[in-house]
This record gives sequence, C-alpha cells and structure tokens, in this order.
Amino acid sequence: MESLVKKFTQSSLALPLVALAVLLLFNAFFVDDFFKIEVMENGNLYGRPIDILYRASSLIILALGMTFVIATGGIDISVGAVVAISSATCCVMLGGDISGIPEHPFFVAILASLCVGIVAGIWNGTLVAKLKIQAMVATLILMTAGRGIAQLMTDGQIITVYYKPFAYIGGNIPGVMLPTAMIIALAMVLLVLFINKRTSIGLMIQSVGINANAARYAGIKVTAVLFAVYIFSGFCAGTAGLIEGSLIRAADANNAGLNMEMDAILAVTLGGTLMVGGRYYIGGTIIGAITIQTLTTTMYAIGVSSDRLPAVKAIVILLIIVFQSEKFKEMYRNYKLKRLDAQLGSKKEVTNA
Amino acid sequence: MRSRFLSNLVASQNFPFYVTGALFIILFGFGSVLFDGFFSLQVFLNLFIDNAPLIIVTVGITFTILSGFGGIDLSVGAVVSLSCMTLAVLMRDTTISPYVCMAIVLAIGFTVGLVNGLLITYFRLQPFIVTLGTMFLCRGLTAILSRDSVPIDNPQYSDLAFFSFEFGDYFLSLGAVIALFMVVLATLILRYTSFGRGVYAIGGNEQSAKLMGLKTDSIRVRVYIISGFCAALGGICYSWIMLSGYTLHGLGMEMDAIASSVIGGTQLMGGVGFMPGTLLGVMIQGSILTIISFQGTLSAWWTKIVVGLLLCLFIVMQALVNAHKNKLMNQIAEGSVKDSK
Repeated sequence: MESLVKKFTQSSLALPLVALAVLLLFNAFFVDDFFKIEVMENGNLYGRPIDILYRASSLIILALGMTFVIATGGIDISVGAVVAISSATCCVMLGGDISGIPEHPFFVAILASLCVGIVAGIWNGTLVAKLKIQAMVATLILMTAGRGIAQLMTDGQIITVYYKPFAYIGGNIPGVMLPTAMIIALAMVLLVLFINKRTSIGLMIQSVGINANAARYAGIKVTAVLFAVYIFSGFCAGTAGLIEGSLIRAADANNAGLNMEMDAILAVTLGGTLMVGGRYYIGGTIIGAITIQTLTTTMYAIGVSSDRLPAVKAIVILLIIVFQSEKFKEMYRNYKLKRLDAQLGSKKEVTNA
Repeated sequence: MRSRFLSNLVASQNFPFYVTGALFIILFGFGSVLFDGFFSLQVFLNLFIDNAPLIIVTVGITFTILSGFGGIDLSVGAVVSLSCMTLAVLMRDTTISPYVCMAIVLAIGFTVGLVNGLLITYFRLQPFIVTLGTMFLCRGLTAILSRDSVPIDNPQYSDLAFFSFEFGDYFLSLGAVIALFMVVLATLILRYTSFGRGVYAIGGNEQSAKLMGLKTDSIRVRVYIISGFCAALGGICYSWIMLSGYTLHGLGMEMDAIASSVIGGTQLMGGVGFMPGTLLGVMIQGSILTIISFQGTLSAWWTKIVVGLLLCLFIVMQALVNAHKNKLMNQIAEGSVKDSK
C-alpha cells in the first residue's frame, strides 16, 4: 500500500490528478447536483460532468497537438488564429444563405477547413524545421497575421450559417447520446494513444526534444519529425476550428479561438510536460485540459463572472507550476530530511538520558 | 572589394537597425507620395503621440527578451489595463491627488514585475508560463475593480492628459515626450551601465555570465521589474489617451510589443538587440496604421496582415544574417588555423 502511494506521488500524473480531485470535491460539496447525469427528452445526455467534457473537447484536441510540439522543445502560439481561419473557411464555404442551402457540399467544407489547418502547420513547419527559426517567433507570424486573414475571408463580417447539419459538429447528431465534439475528441485521443504505443514516433519526438543534434547523428530525420508535429498541431487546430465555428453556427474572426493557444499551453504544462521539451505526457495533457474546464465551470457555478475568472485561474495555475518546479521539490525534500534529523536527534537524546 | 563591403555590412552589429530604418523611410515615403498632407512634421510627430504607450511598453519588453532564458513578459497588456482601471477607480472613489494615484499605479507595476522576476529566478520557472499567469491575474483584477468602463473626469488629471509641448505650429503630447525619454534612458542604461551590459551577457550565455561572476538572478529580477514598471508607465500614458479604465484596454498589446521589438532587430533568443530599433519597430506599425487611415477604405485588419508579413521578412532576414555570420566566423577560424601552420 505504501509503495503504491509512493509510486503515485512520484508519478507525473499525481499533481494534475490531485488538482482535479480537489476541484471535484469542492464541487461535490458546494454545487447542487454536480454529478447528476440525466437523459433529456430528445435522448441526449445532460449534466455538469458531460458539460465539462463537452466544453473541454476543443481544448483537449488543441492541447494534444501542442503536447507534441512542446515535446520537441518548440511552441505553437498560432493555434488560436488557425482556429479562427478554419472556422471562417468552413462558414464561407457553406455560405450565409438564409434558406439553409449550402454553397458547397458539407464534406467539402469540412475537408477545406482541415486542409487549411494542415497548410498552416506546413507553414509553421517550414519556418521551424527548414529555416531553423525559433518556434515562438515563427508561430508569432501566423498568430499576428492569422486573424487578419480570417477577417479577409469573411470580409470583416460575422457570417451566420443556417445550414442545419453544420450545428451537429458542435452540438449533437440526432439520435446520438453524446455531443459530437466529445466523440471527435475521444477519437483523436485514441488515435494519438494508438500511434504513440504502436510506432516509434513518440521516441523520435522525445529524442529531438532532448538534443536535436544528437538525434540527427543517431539517424533520426529531425526535419521530418518537426514537420510532422507542426502539421499535426495545425490539423488539431483545424478540427477545433470546426467545433468552435459550429458551436455558434457562425464565423467570428475576432473571437473564435481567442486565447485558446494560452489555454492549450497551460493544459500541457499542467499535465507535467516540460516546456524545454524531451518529455511528454498525453494523459497529463488530457487531465490538464479537463482541469482547466472544470475550474471554469465551477467558477461559473458559484457565480464568478467570465471576465473575473482569469484572476482565479491565474492563482491556481501559478500555485500548480510552483508545486511542480524542481526547486519546490528540492525544498520539500530538504524539509523532510531536516524533520527526520530532528526526530533521530530527539531519539538519541532519549537513549542518552 | 564591393562584395567585401556588403559582407561586412551584413555582419555588422547594427545591420537589422539599418534595415528597419530604411524600411521606415520607405513606408513613410510611400505614404507621402500617395497622399496629400501625409508628408508633414505633425503626421510624423503623431506617430509618437499615438503610439506613446506602445513605445514605453516595448522598451520594457525588450529588456526581458534581451535577458534570454526564453525571456518574455506577456503580462504587460494586462498591466496597462489594470493601471488605467486603478487610476479611474481611485480618482472616482477617493479624493487622492492624481499624482499620488500615479505613484500607486507605478508601484503596482513594480510589484507585478517583482513577482514575475522572483518566480522565474527562484523557482526556475519558464517566463512564458509565469507571465501568462500574471497576465490572467491582472486581467481578472481589472474586472474585479469594475466590469464596466469607468471614465476619468478629474480636471487636474485631464490637464495633464491634454498638456502639450508646442513649438511653432507643431506639438508633442506629454506621453510622447515621456516615451522618447524612456527610449533614450533605456539606450544609455543598456550601453553604459554595468547592469545593461550584464543584461546582454546573461542573454548571450548565462553560464559564461555566471562564471564571470555576474549576479545573474539579481539582473534577471531587475529586468522583470523594469518591464512591469514600464508597463505601468505605459498604462498611465494610455489612460491619458483614453481617459477611462476598461477591462479590454491594452488587449493583445503584449504581442504588438513583441512584434515591434522583433521588427526593431531584437532576437528572441536573447543577447542581441538595439533599443532605438525598437522605437523604429513601433513607428513602422504606426505608419502602416496611418497609411491605412489616410487611404480610408481599407480595414484596420490589413495592419495585422502587413505586420505579419514584415515580421516574417525580418525573422527570415535574421536567420540568413546569422548563417552569414557563422560562415564568416568559420572562415576566420580556418584562416587562423592556416596562419598558425
């Protein structure tokens, strides 16, 4: 039993799990019917836990892509802008016709959105892998220009889509109990876990993150790996863009995916992945994303307004990253050693007496 | 001979600064040719007046970027917003003199910087994450002070806001003069004080700096304090323009500041940058906005796209310049090996 506890506290998942557990406990006491899940009249599941997972879906998807990018020692701050471009693409392709007849077939619009995400990933990948530009600077370009591009596509207006099936992505497909976004997120997670388990790409990503030069000498195609992670991140952003666009059934170039890159990076860090790269925890990332969303939902439930929420979020985040830091662990170890010393010392005194 | 000159020019320390300067002249010339009334001293001075807060904030953020270790301060935009709101609320609810209010705001900026610096150096945390945290904190605090826009109608404060230095037909606002003063001060500090040289040293190579006996942690904390202080000062200048406090003031300002800094020739790896280039970086963004407003039919989001393109241009240029420098260094190294033989 003790070894199990020890194993748990030393695992990287311990802190994010504890944080989530504390939040859930808080909810269990202070929010009525928090864990209640009902089946609605139309057959959809309804309840706060479902709501949290549903709202966290696009964040989970973004954070998955971000995990690999950060694992290579990079960062992708353009994902929020790519979300805006992707949702704008889909809405423009479908058109804002009030009769609900799409200008292009639905699957073409979806494919176009995903392709836009991939193209954004190729662009970032070229800058980082080929031109060897620092990831943060390289992705800053698209972050700055991205919303402008999305505005250009929508002509600076908010295009509302009246085509019914478009709402299915962000809502429910009729007859399916779970929200579509959750299913997409689940599929992405399974896909990533499968690739991670069955191929050596994860190992390659880690070795690039630890030392790119050494990885190259070991015969790993560093350029290709970097390209792959940025393209995957772009693809994830494209998918999240579809969900975000569908949630409001419109293309809002200014607000779609606003600050989502920050949330995604936070989710990854909360999950124990280090910003310097080399190690990554997919499970941690997912729990991190869910923790952030749980915190948001909890705060809404106890009546904190959306614009005051960041203050609470910031304090929780700063506390968690301080607890995760090596320095804090070192301080804790020293403290324990001191206490042990003191105990031994007092025992000695007893025996001496 | 000529290519030798070019090669030396590209490798020279101030090459990015020359390019930025040339680009600014081209942009301003472009505007002057296209539009009547563009080529005037007042339009030029307006660049300082309109962008005073951004200039001051960028000066601060440049310090953090120069200091290396992934140095960045994302909290500046939020500190600007918090400063405006604090000023507005203090002047609405209390009878404290505006000057004391400004001192309080500067102290807030100082504190935010200190917290950033201590978390980053003592716990060895990533600046990106820490300042992201303080950014959320300051935005949240702003909303806790007031969710609605709070106007500033203190007459003494308004006098300050409308105060201007007139010479002939032209004028500069108080904010613009402060901004220019900050740029000069920062340039001098970076060039002539041991602290300034220390900032470059820890940005270039922290390990060597430590081995040389520099107090790297103390320098880094001071860098973040400067950034927080500049953000609060920028916030005061911002409140002179807006005369209100609002939660959305200064939204995304940190990214504008980083972009200006990069366009001005600062390298995000740290250790390389020239403060006056930063000023030009802001003014380039300002001239794009001015051109767009003179043109009249283009939307403001074209600024974003053009700034993105410029960023791209400068970053690629920096990468190429660095490659060229490395090549030169290798040549020199090979030459010396041959000589010794």
